[in-house]
Amino acid sequence: MRQREFWTHFKRNRMAMTGLALVLGLFVVSIFAPWLAPYDPLSINLKEVLMPPSPAHYLGTDTLGRDVLSRIIYGSRVSLKVGFVAVGLATLIGLFIGALAGYYGGWVDSVLMRLVDLMLCFPAFFLILAVIAVLEPSIWNIMAVIGLTSWMGVARLVRAEFLSLREREFVTAARALGAGDTRLILRHMLPNALAPVMVSATLGVAGAILTESALSFLGLGVMPPTPSWGNILTAGKDNIEIAWWLSVFPGLAILITVMSYNLLGEGIREAIDPRLKD
Amino acid sequence: MWLYILKRLGLMIPMLLGITLISFSVIHLAPGTPTDMQTTLNPKASLEAQKRLRELYGLDKPLMVQYGDWLTRLVHLDFGRSFSPDRRPVWDKIKERIGITLSLNLMSLIIILGVSIPIGVIAAYRAHSWFDQATTLFVFFGFAMPTFWLALLLIMFFGVYLDWLPISGLTSLNYRQFSFWQKVQDLGAHVTLPVLVAAFGGLAGMSRYMRANMLEVIRQDYITTARAKGLPERVVIFKHALRNALLPVITILGLSVPGLIGGSVIFESIFAIPGMGQLFYGAVMARDYPLVMGELVIGAVLTLVGNMLADVGYALVDPRIRAG
Repeated sequence: MRQREFWTHFKRNRMAMTGLALVLGLFVVSIFAPWLAPYDPLSINLKEVLMPPSPAHYLGTDTLGRDVLSRIIYGSRVSLKVGFVAVGLATLIGLFIGALAGYYGGWVDSVLMRLVDLMLCFPAFFLILAVIAVLEPSIWNIMAVIGLTSWMGVARLVRAEFLSLREREFVTAARALGAGDTRLILRHMLPNALAPVMVSATLGVAGAILTESALSFLGLGVMPPTPSWGNILTAGKDNIEIAWWLSVFPGLAILITVMSYNLLGEGIREAIDPRLKD
Repeated sequence: MWLYILKRLGLMIPMLLGITLISFSVIHLAPGTPTDMQTTLNPKASLEAQKRLRELYGLDKPLMVQYGDWLTRLVHLDFGRSFSPDRRPVWDKIKERIGITLSLNLMSLIIILGVSIPIGVIAAYRAHSWFDQATTLFVFFGFAMPTFWLALLLIMFFGVYLDWLPISGLTSLNYRQFSFWQKVQDLGAHVTLPVLVAAFGGLAGMSRYMRANMLEVIRQDYITTARAKGLPERVVIFKHALRNALLPVITILGLSVPGLIGGSVIFESIFAIPGMGQLFYGAVMARDYPLVMGELVIGAVLTLVGNMLADVGYALVDPRIRAG
């Protein structure tokens, strides 16, 4: 019943539906990249270096004569991967820590929440860069680092939900029936705490994509020749006076992607709790 | 009030310890010892550097002792020496750049407040008007806009196409020969784009927050009372509503410190500004570990101080906090 209610609200929200459609479109693009891309994103053609957009190359070519459109299409795979793996990791950690803190309360709660406060003390980008200086920049390390530095919001959310769920009658009833801690947490409380987590995870994907592109832009993320939106922009910066298309299009791809996830996330939030609309 | 400040300062000590603990563990995250990793990953790390690192961290000692030693040096602001050819103490390097980063961030904070407060107030007062909808749209773009891309677009437009503003560094080459006013102008032109970029990131969030606050306050009973007793609308909005809506902004200012400092890495490296962010970026690229550690600790301490100032500021303007 709650699900149907969610859908009626969600479907009525034009912004949310646009976000959903765009996100699904991005999935399609990255899954079918080999069929959609007009060229091989890695094939170098030194005869066509830094060509402006033309019918042969809709979005122009880069410093090695590679087709920018194809690289952007393949770049969506990186964003998608990083977005989902990093946020998946962050959500798991956040759920675990938040559930423990909210369920047990007392000193467990104080210790875990101080840890959250501490992590929030670090400028996230500093922490990420420091870890990357120690490990090597690679797509896997990026995912791990973003995940490990962005779970605090989820932890706080889940903790707050658990604190209030703990006092609810159905939980007391389950406990009276002899349910153990693990069963109470996993079967009775967690499913009821998931709604706000879903919102923050969707918005988190947007954040992770932004972070990955910034890292790749700085040369500390996904390494060339693997195309990512951020590292195409690096070439854009180096050739800013002569090749505007290298700066404009990949950035547009990031903007649209991040906006789609934000629209979707806000849509889910409003559908879960329609009162929030203002 | 003094008691509150003292209590708040006392709370910082365990946090400071925690910050050093996390920073310390970051460097020990890597498989093997930090020195192994530097020789395999960094051709620049000579045997001598490796030896110095061992001494610096006392890697032959147990972890707890290493941490204790490192902490003792930190208390004396001794972050070790940089691996870069100049081998200068890390603290000296950070010290000479921290001012630039802080003043740029302060300028962008002023812009953020100066723009987002009026936007938020008007958007809330005229909720659902065309202005409100336009700012909502702007906020949506603002949240999704990668700041480094915005920087590139601004460079392209104002720096390359119009050729109005310089796009790198803080000063022109012949800065020393300028008169005072020329210097001011030159500096101003150089910081315009970086400050705009740094401010943009915070604008969207702050406007939205301000609007929500203001909406909340306008609905309160005391606003109705103020109107009912015949006060002019200006007084109601600016004196009664705005003042109360501004209170929580102080907290948000404190919370925005880590974002601003973290963001300085991006805009300082794009605009070649010799601040903390650019120093940090260079340190990460060169795997200059003492410098990375130093920056990490200082960045977190700045955040901690920012939060503390925000809390004290809030307590100053809102007596309810002090009592509680």
